[in-house]
Amino acid sequence: MDRAAIDSRIRTLIEPFNKKDVAITDATTFAGDLEFDSLTVMDFVAEIEDEFDVIISMNQQAEIENYGQLVTAVGTLAGNDA
Amino acid sequence: MSEGVSEADRPEVLAGAGPDLFSKFDGVIGMRTALLDSGVTDPFNLVMEKVLSPTRAICSGRDTILLGTYNYMGMTFDPDVIAAGTQALAEYGSGTTGSRVLNGTYQGHRECEDALREFYGMDHAMVFSTGYQANLGIISTMAGKGDYIVLDIDSHASIWDGCALGNAEVVPFKHNDIDAMEKRLRRIPEGAGKLVILEGVYSMLGDIAPLREMIAVAKKYGAMVLVDEAHSMGFIGPNGRGVAEDQGVLDQVDFVIGTFSKSVGTVGGFCVSNHPKFEILRLVCRPYVFTASLPPSVVATAATSIRKLMHGADKRARLWRNSRTLHTGLLEQGFRLGTSETQSAIVAVIMPDLERGAMMWEALLREGLYVNLARPPATPANMTLLRCSLCAEHSEDEVETILGMFQRAGKAVGII
Repeated sequence: MDRAAIDSRIRTLIEPFNKKDVAITDATTFAGDLEFDSLTVMDFVAEIEDEFDVIISMNQQAEIENYGQLVTAVGTLAGNDA
Repeated sequence: MSEGVSEADRPEVLAGAGPDLFSKFDGVIGMRTALLDSGVTDPFNLVMEKVLSPTRAICSGRDTILLGTYNYMGMTFDPDVIAAGTQALAEYGSGTTGSRVLNGTYQGHRECEDALREFYGMDHAMVFSTGYQANLGIISTMAGKGDYIVLDIDSHASIWDGCALGNAEVVPFKHNDIDAMEKRLRRIPEGAGKLVILEGVYSMLGDIAPLREMIAVAKKYGAMVLVDEAHSMGFIGPNGRGVAEDQGVLDQVDFVIGTFSKSVGTVGGFCVSNHPKFEILRLVCRPYVFTASLPPSVVATAATSIRKLMHGADKRARLWRNSRTLHTGLLEQGFRLGTSETQSAIVAVIMPDLERGAMMWEALLREGLYVNLARPPATPANMTLLRCSLCAEHSEDEVETILGMFQRAGKAVGII
C-alpha cells in the first residue's frame, strides 16, 4: 500500500470526526486545527488501528501532531515505505 | 503599607521575568473563577471542623451526613482500631523517619503485610505509603522499555501516572470493551512483555468490570494481569477480596493493588501477589524505596482493621442494603445514575452540566449532606457527577433522610 492509498483511507476515516469541515492538508494539526479532545483522539485512533490492524501507542501518538505525520506513521506501522 | 510586604491582590511583577510558567493553568483558573462568580460555595475547599462518626461531621457549623468519603465499612472509629493505633503511637513513636528498606520497617509494617497476605490468601504483600504510590511504583517498575501496557481508558489517575513514569508502550482500550482489549493484545509484537491493567470497580460511575471474560482473554495472549480493587475491598466477594474473587478469577490475577484509605479506614497502599520473584520489587521500586514508610500508628490501625474486615459479614450486608436503597430511591425520584442497577457502594448521580452540578452540590450541603462533586477532566465523557459512597454505618433512617434531601435539592435546582 503506497502513501496515496493510506492517505485516502485515513481521509475517509477522519470525515465523521471533522465536525467543522476543515480542509485537510499534511500540515493540519489535530489539537489546533481540528480541535480534537482526548475522547475524540481515542475514538479516531481506534478506527485507524482497526482499519490498518496496527497499534498506535500513546507514546507514538505524542509524536504525531499533524495529518502528514499520521499518514507517515501508519505507513511505517503497516510495514510500508509510505 | 510598608515596603516588602506582599499583598495577595497585588502580586509582585518580577523584573526581567520570562514567560510565566503558570500561564498553562489559565484554562483551569478561568473555569474556577466562572464557577465561583456564579455565587456557589467552593466545592473543592470544604473543611470538616469536627468529625463525629464515620457518617457525620460538622461542616461550616452544620451537622452534616457524610455520603462521599469512601469510608465503606465505617472502620475509622472502630474501638479496636483506635486502641491499636493509640498503643502503637505510644510504644513506637509518631513516625519512622525512614525508608522501608533502611530504618523504616518496624514490627507493625511486617504485621500489616502478614494481615494482607492472610486476607487475600496470597504469598506476598508489599505496603506503600499511599494507594497512589502503589500503582505508581508497581506499574512503572514492572513494565519497562519494549513492554506493552494494555489498559482501560477510564483507569484511575494513579494508573495513568504509573504508565507515564515508566517506559513501556501504553495502549488504552474503550471502557470495559472486551473485543477492543483483545484486538490490541493480538496486535502486540511477538516476544514483547504484556501487562493488562483493570479495575474491579470504576470509581467514577461505580460500575464493575467483566473480569472473568477480560482476564481469560488476557491470559490467552500471555499477559500478566493487574487488578486495582481499591473500591471493592472488604465488601465485594465472599471474603471481601474484591470483584475478581466475586467472579471466581482471583487465582488468575497476578497482582492486586489496593488501598487503606477506603474500607480499611486509614491511609496507605499495597500490592499482593503470588509471583515467586515478587520480593525483589522492594529493592527496585523507586516509589517504595525513596519515601518514608507509614507511621507505626497507621500500620497498626490498618492491620487491626484488615483482620476485622475478614469477619465483616454483617457490615457487608448493611452496606449492600444501604446502597440498594439509595440507588433504587434516586432512580424512582427521576435522577440519572451511572449504572442501571446497584453494582457497588458508589452511586453516581449524573448532572446536566458543571454549573447545575455545583448548584445541586451546594443545595445538598445546605440540607446537611456531603457528596463528592466530580468534574471534567477526571470524569468519563466529560460528565459532571455527584458521587455518593455509602457506609455500612449509615442507618436505614439516615438513608431515608438522604433521599428526602436529594428530592428537595433536585427540585429546587430543577434537575428532577
